[in-house]
Amino acid sequence: MAYSMDFAPVIARAPDLVSGAINTVVLSAEAIAIGLTIGLCVAIARFSGPNWCRFLGACYVEGFRNTPLLVQLFLIYFGLPYTGIKLDADQAAIFAVSLNLGAYSTEIFRAGLVAIPKTQIQAGLALGMSHIQVMRYVVLIPALRIIYPALTGQLTLTLLGTSIVSAISAKELTMAGATIESQSFRSLETFLVVAAIYICITFAFRFVYWLIGLWLFRRKTPTGSATAGLMLDMQETRS
Amino acid sequence: MQALRIDNLQKSFGALSVLKGVDLTVNNGETVAVIGRSGSGKSTMLRCINGLEPFNSGSIEVVGHRLDGTNKRLRDLRKEVGMVFQSYNLFPHLTVSENIKLAPRVVKNVPRAEQDALVQEVLTKVGLREKADSYPDELSGGQQQRAAIARSLAMKPKVMLFDEVTSALDPELTGEVLKTIAELAKTGMTMILVTHEMGFARRVASHTVFMHEGRAWEAGPSEEIFTNPQTPELRAFIASDVK
Amino acid sequence: MIQSYGWPSVQFLIQGLWWTVGLSLVTFVCGGVLGLIFALGRSLGPRWLRLLIAGYIQLVQATPLLILLFLAFYGLSFLGFFFPPFAAAAISLTLYTTAFLADIWRGCIEAIPKAQWEASDSLALTGGQTLRYVILPQALRIALGPTVGFMVQVVKNTSVTALIGFVELTRAGQLLNNMTFQPFHVFLTVALMYFALCYPLSLWSEKLKEQKSASLAH
Repeated sequence: MAYSMDFAPVIARAPDLVSGAINTVVLSAEAIAIGLTIGLCVAIARFSGPNWCRFLGACYVEGFRNTPLLVQLFLIYFGLPYTGIKLDADQAAIFAVSLNLGAYSTEIFRAGLVAIPKTQIQAGLALGMSHIQVMRYVVLIPALRIIYPALTGQLTLTLLGTSIVSAISAKELTMAGATIESQSFRSLETFLVVAAIYICITFAFRFVYWLIGLWLFRRKTPTGSATAGLMLDMQETRS
Repeated sequence: MQALRIDNLQKSFGALSVLKGVDLTVNNGETVAVIGRSGSGKSTMLRCINGLEPFNSGSIEVVGHRLDGTNKRLRDLRKEVGMVFQSYNLFPHLTVSENIKLAPRVVKNVPRAEQDALVQEVLTKVGLREKADSYPDELSGGQQQRAAIARSLAMKPKVMLFDEVTSALDPELTGEVLKTIAELAKTGMTMILVTHEMGFARRVASHTVFMHEGRAWEAGPSEEIFTNPQTPELRAFIASDVK
Repeated sequence: MIQSYGWPSVQFLIQGLWWTVGLSLVTFVCGGVLGLIFALGRSLGPRWLRLLIAGYIQLVQATPLLILLFLAFYGLSFLGFFFPPFAAAAISLTLYTTAFLADIWRGCIEAIPKAQWEASDSLALTGGQTLRYVILPQALRIALGPTVGFMVQVVKNTSVTALIGFVELTRAGQLLNNMTFQPFHVFLTVALMYFALCYPLSLWSEKLKEQKSASLAH
């Protein structure tokens, strides 16, 4: 018997899917903001901190990079209450995804810091800048430029990874899909639609990364002699 | 007036002793060339002067700032002591004019209105006005090095340090950088340059210091150093360069 | 019935660990074979094939693994196939792994300079011979570090199959937690077991990458 697709029951639940999608976007944006902050701090600590700082940083990074997000999520949601810290599902979701991204972005940021030649830092210091000024004005942009592809790739993985928090019934798109699936029994249609929404969100995020990259790494159009000469010519013909 | 006074400067990297007690005095307005074989400690001494390299013992006093190897307040010194590196070290993400403006803006809080005039002033000195909006990777090595000199000049330093600034350049590009430095010398800027260009040292530097085995082996007015060297080591060094 | 957490619990988890290892191996081998074919097609095939594979990689890399898994498990069974959890898990993980390995290896093949192809042409080697004796051996050296690194991802990705009820390590942890109500102990043990599996792979991957950059530096 041939299976005939019927998207109508799924389309009827469009508002649920939209709010699920919005939750996924918000959860991802929050986790990205928190995770990158954690990553930057730990990276600097591992780059220039005292030995115990470096050791703790390494434990955090290796611990989170070598265990699955799902287990981290279970440990935080089910395990932490055992130590007296109670989080609801949405809080546990943000907490887990942020810590996970923090570990990955630490390594990416560190790679960027290491890739900047020491002579650049010395040139900044020789001009009288403080270490913080050197980081801000000399190191930051070139380092970001080097790591940008790796960083945005990781952010995409994090965005898609948020689907896993449906396992503790945190509110996001996969959870919305699973609810619709269990009520409509249109599994294939539901998850095809959900997949399509994820693909759209992913490409929208990538587009934003691309725009941010354009802005971060903008270079003024070269005012070479060719352009200047052309403008001079035009002025002359006009007058 | 003394711009720089170094007393018994000693520095070692682990077990390797690089500076074994350097004494050196430079007066205001002098251009001093530092020559010597590689490994003689020339560059290390230069890098100690603005605190890029910590040292073990001895003292350095430069334009009124005293370094004793532990000084934490290096920034005040560095505002008045410019340094130009062998590998230019321009900031690749900034245009030439942004490279020049950065330190005056964030370190000395030079008002925005004065920054552009400053850029024009220092770029004129190095002959690079038309390259203000270019990025470092659009310039030749010689132009990059002149831009780096302009960047240092914009801080209005009292002393300029040049660390083998032509060593990374092709011979045909060396000339334009040396010409820029020679013109700077005429303006009365106090300069200390570590160099391999012996002819240039003789022509432009008022004084020359010959570094050998971690010491200022022989020092004096350039003309005397090159025409009438006193030590066999300096004689051998000059002879080896002539061939 | 509440059990206490003890040695039998750990043994129960170790059972799950073996399924994790097995599923990882199946996924890596199947994904590796398909990935190599896709990588070659993506970098050397005709234009239509390159576009097709590029599209596949783009779509899979923009879809959560969990959704792929649901599509395989719930979705395809409605089409008349019934997939037991292990098959659904293996198929979706393989599709996912294929996309990532194809992308990694394509980069490695394309990193070999064009001059190597030209030199082989001038020696009258066929395209297949060039690939076999010149390109792939060099690409393999570049690929080794990132590939081992991706194996860590493969192992961790298998945990998602717990959510369709396949009893690997994570699912075993869930079941054990339901019996013992000791979530902190259970999931900490589970995490340590994953760590024991993944960390050596991570170290190995780092070592390979260092060797590569060291050999490039000389």
